[in-house]
Amino acid sequence: MTNAVTESAETGSGADDAAAELREVHIGFGTGRNATPVVRGVTLRLRRGRVLALVGESGSGKSLTSLALMGLLPAGAALTSGTVKLGGEDVAEFTDRRWRSVRGREIAMVFQDPMSALNPGFTVGRQVAEPFRLHLGDGRRDARAKAVALMREVGIADAETRYDAYPHEFSGGMRQRAVIAMALALGPRVLLADEPTTALDVTVQAQILRLLARRQHEDRLATLLVSHDLGVVARVAQEVAVMYAGRVVEQGPLDAVYTRPSHPYTLGLLNAVPEPGTARPVPIDGQPPAPGALPGGCAFHPRCPFATDRCRTDDPALTPVADGRAVACHNTAEVTASQRLQETS
Amino acid sequence: MGRFLLRRLLQAVVVALGAISLVFVVVRVVPGDPATLILGPDASAGQLASVRADFGLDQPLWRQYLTHMAGVLHGDLGDSWRLGGSAVSSTLDRFPATLALAALALLITVAIGFPLGMLGARKPGGARDLLISTGSLVGQAVPSFWLGIVLILLFARQLNWLPSTSDGGAAALILPSVTLALPFIGWLARLVRNGALEESAKDYARTARAKGAGERTVMYAHVARNIAVPVVTVLGLLMGNFIANAVIIEVVFSWPGLGSLMVDAITNRDYAVVEAAIVTITLSYIVLNLLVDVLYVVLDPRLTPENA
Repeated sequence: MTNAVTESAETGSGADDAAAELREVHIGFGTGRNATPVVRGVTLRLRRGRVLALVGESGSGKSLTSLALMGLLPAGAALTSGTVKLGGEDVAEFTDRRWRSVRGREIAMVFQDPMSALNPGFTVGRQVAEPFRLHLGDGRRDARAKAVALMREVGIADAETRYDAYPHEFSGGMRQRAVIAMALALGPRVLLADEPTTALDVTVQAQILRLLARRQHEDRLATLLVSHDLGVVARVAQEVAVMYAGRVVEQGPLDAVYTRPSHPYTLGLLNAVPEPGTARPVPIDGQPPAPGALPGGCAFHPRCPFATDRCRTDDPALTPVADGRAVACHNTAEVTASQRLQETS
Repeated sequence: MGRFLLRRLLQAVVVALGAISLVFVVVRVVPGDPATLILGPDASAGQLASVRADFGLDQPLWRQYLTHMAGVLHGDLGDSWRLGGSAVSSTLDRFPATLALAALALLITVAIGFPLGMLGARKPGGARDLLISTGSLVGQAVPSFWLGIVLILLFARQLNWLPSTSDGGAAALILPSVTLALPFIGWLARLVRNGALEESAKDYARTARAKGAGERTVMYAHVARNIAVPVVTVLGLLMGNFIANAVIIEVVFSWPGLGSLMVDAITNRDYAVVEAAIVTITLSYIVLNLLVDVLYVVLDPRLTPENA
């Protein structure tokens, strides 16, 4: 983890090794001046062999941020400003045709709910084989052979027979293995994993995480892990970006962020995690604001125990602080000090 | 599968017997005396009585019913007094003509309505989508007897492209089946459009796109696979509808099918033929429903003969 700490998460420095990159990305629902902003100026960089976790409550814009990398924003949502780059290329220049050749081949995605992510009307095997057919133009027989090998590789027992089974005949964990197999079929460089274990049993979660971590390491994938589960994040990520109301409020190496959170929201999230043997978890008061009805100043101030008058009028920028971190808070010093107090008392 | 089929088949038999009983009652409750129609208004009371005795009309209704149902079990719905011979055989003679009409109408509806619906779903709210929606409303609002006459005037009388009545050739099928199909093309298009739109927003469609599938693959492979079940259901109902609707169309186009036979039989109180025709239509509904049930199990992998 020391390695992770030295590698900074600063924004703006021109690192060319980014496999995928978002720069000052704004995403809105609706069009023109009436657009409701849901993602407000997010900058992220994914590097090969590394996992960046995007955490935050539902509705914070983390899923939209990852979909923007795929060019698959849902109907009604659009990139209103900023740049998305894949392998150094600006996706604004991509034609539909280029997108089709990139998706599945260079960038792939693992979804939250493997049941709904699979087509109920096709066999699992056919769906695992689809990337080979779409991108390599493989015939049915070749694609089948490759898909069976791939299914075996991700731990689907009896893959030859299971190829012809339908999604409803698979267990949740096996379904997610199939979804992972599809994503990894053509050896992409970038992997987006949107809550990949949320819909699974706890025991299965661990297996799927191990599988993802292994493939992540072997294939040197640049991974964006979208999750609200800080435990899952701690097990696989090297770097964390915490999102609140469409903005990144704290970003940095996993260790630093987890042990010494500098943003009150991060602190709140960590305190809300139940841990055996420690004090009861403390939930964050209140609800996240609805997009389009954001409070003035810092969007977090109505829920923030550290809020001052300044927070009500002045939205803090994401600013680099110590140990390779960036934080968007006026009262970072107080947040850090409060933890020191807790520890000594 | 065998068990499932047997169960459905038994259900169908019960429905069919019920329908035949209902038809028996309805036909006899309608006012009008067949004996008077056969002999004309000048017949004597004695002659009328003897004709009634020949056809069993002097028996009490419940006896007539029992005799009737016993006949039904032997495939006998009585004789036509007007055409002579068995009512069932004269009905079955005409049925293929109606079936051909309905089948072509179904083919036209699917061949045009399905792609139109898929097209509309590609860009909801777009110009094409609005055009299809409006067109389908207009299509459904037009009464088919009027449409039939307009088509005859245009394509048979004015342009002289197509025959307006049956001449034994296949071309004669075109005008009546188009008339039959036209109101339902837009109807099917809207149904397909709404289904496809809903399905294309589902997660699995996004997964397909994330794998690099183009919109065409997403719509015509992934989405089409999942709207197959509801579409097949309505097609089954539609085929039944076409067979029944053919009654009006066949009169307009003098088509020698079940419909025109039935209309003639009704005006002449030819009970046996009316019943045979209605029973044929009812049975075709039942058979179509059975077919749809079986197709369900074939099309939806989540359904098994046990839970269908």
